[in-house]
Amino acid sequence: MSGGITGRALAAGFGFVFAATLVADRWIVQAGGETAGWIKLANLVALWVCASCINAALAGSGRAAARYLVPAIFGISILLLWERAVAMFGISPVILPAPSAIWAQIITSLPTLGADFVQTFVKGALSGYLIGCGAAVATAILIDRSPFLQKGLLPVGNFVAALPIVGVAPIMVMWFGFDWQSKAAVVVVMVFFPVLVNMVAGLKATDQMQRDLMATYSAGYAQALIKLRLPAAMPFLFNGLKIASTLALIGAIVAEFFGSPIVGMGFRITAEIGRLGLPMIWAEIAVAALAGSAFYGAIALIEKRVTFWHPSQRR
Amino acid sequence: MRNLLPILTVVAVIVAVWYLAAMRMNAAWVYDQAARDGIEVSLSQVIPATLTQERPVLPAPHQVVKGLADGLFGQKITSKRSLVYHGWVTLSATLLGFVFGSAAGMALAVGIVYNRAMDMSVMPWAIASQTIPILAIAPMIIVVLNSLGVTGVVPKAIISAYLSFFPVVVGMVKGLRSPDAMQLDLLRTWSASGAQTFTRLRLPSSMPYLFASLKVGVAASLVGTIVGELPTGAVAGLGSRLLSGSYYGQTVQIWAALFAAAMLAAALVGIIGMAERATLRRMGLAR
Repeated sequence: MSGGITGRALAAGFGFVFAATLVADRWIVQAGGETAGWIKLANLVALWVCASCINAALAGSGRAAARYLVPAIFGISILLLWERAVAMFGISPVILPAPSAIWAQIITSLPTLGADFVQTFVKGALSGYLIGCGAAVATAILIDRSPFLQKGLLPVGNFVAALPIVGVAPIMVMWFGFDWQSKAAVVVVMVFFPVLVNMVAGLKATDQMQRDLMATYSAGYAQALIKLRLPAAMPFLFNGLKIASTLALIGAIVAEFFGSPIVGMGFRITAEIGRLGLPMIWAEIAVAALAGSAFYGAIALIEKRVTFWHPSQRR
Repeated sequence: MRNLLPILTVVAVIVAVWYLAAMRMNAAWVYDQAARDGIEVSLSQVIPATLTQERPVLPAPHQVVKGLADGLFGQKITSKRSLVYHGWVTLSATLLGFVFGSAAGMALAVGIVYNRAMDMSVMPWAIASQTIPILAIAPMIIVVLNSLGVTGVVPKAIISAYLSFFPVVVGMVKGLRSPDAMQLDLLRTWSASGAQTFTRLRLPSSMPYLFASLKVGVAASLVGTIVGELPTGAVAGLGSRLLSGSYYGQTVQIWAALFAAAMLAAALVGIIGMAERATLRRMGLAR
């Protein structure tokens, strides 16, 4: 494996350059001097190339752990690059705060972040998500027996799903007030159509043979629905639910840009923009990213439990 | 066109429900005014009054259509009240961002498919980024770039590029990987070079996936631009029409802007759909 060896050698070489320029930079700054631009640049480039070489070597090695290690190294190297660039070039925190500054902000303002999270995610996004998805599933089952309504609703639903629905936010704020109810209403409108379209498609997913089998068992409509067609619709439904999970958080945050009580992630972002409190905004974004991925992950986990029989879940 | 009748029925039902809702939601104000003036109003007087208010809670469909027509055709297109003007402001930023974002997305997708290290390091983040509300950083990008002296169309275009980037990456990677082992083996038996495999097999088979994700991307771009127009203090663009409408309680203006945005989105998705059909027909893939 000569490729692996040269990769390792390159990684070690650039790692050494990174360490050397880092020490040089520290030393010069401590002595009260100004580090030359090329040393700073060499420091960043060496860091980047070193990480890429490690990743290339890992990816080529075919080790099982590489699946997690490579993206982790990539993420960490970007954070390091960001941190070093901000520190060395003295970028103002009003433009781009360093990751360490953002982390410090998260630690010091945990209660505020927690309150914002509850207001926006639990009260706004989650309640709207449950109502909207529930309504969509119920509608899909109601129109299930009418091909006429399906033919009419599906194109309309597909059309609406492509529209910038976030725009209804100012209307909902006007109707339901500043508190979380208006945010939940925006989320309901946003998640309804994607889930409806997917659920209707899912209810059609059984094939003739399976329905015939139900008929030979002399199963009624309700029995066939519960025993066969609802379970068969689950992969489609979860597809819609996953799309809707992202939309829900976006809807709740953007709706707060149009007016909110003095708590909430969207409110905090707009308020801190006015005060140029960039670390706080980044902290909110970190929380939003975490909440979004956790929400998506939770739904994916439930999907795994519910649709264990589906080919896509097999290992 | 078999589906026309059901669609029209559904649309008619929606319009009817809308009228009923408008009557119900706007009636409170009419009764309020009447009580203030000390006169009794009958139901037959209330209903017309609910449909012609200046600032209704819910404007009736014909009011929205009138507001839309007035905004589109009733003004000079350079006027600050013209929806054509604001629509153009939004559209130009959307298109600029979308073109750069999707081009970058396609380039990265090619890199991901041909470079294993890139695939393993970037792809998980690209997928994870689809689950986070990227839109939340739009106001920050606008304000930060503003403080750096970058204003106008560029900051909005950056947001719109950013939003269209990830769907295109994910879709294009899926598309470039869609040829199965049999097809790849066939090209190998013809001793096709890497470039030939790419242009003759991978690129053509990625087209259906690419167009599907371009549709998603352009819709996301438009939403991004509209949200990007919110924090600039409502200067220009459909987003600023929404915001100023909500500040001053001009509900007809909000609805008109909303419908203008919807028409813009439908037109953009429709144009990509047309390009898709033309391309797939040319490739013999059309259904």
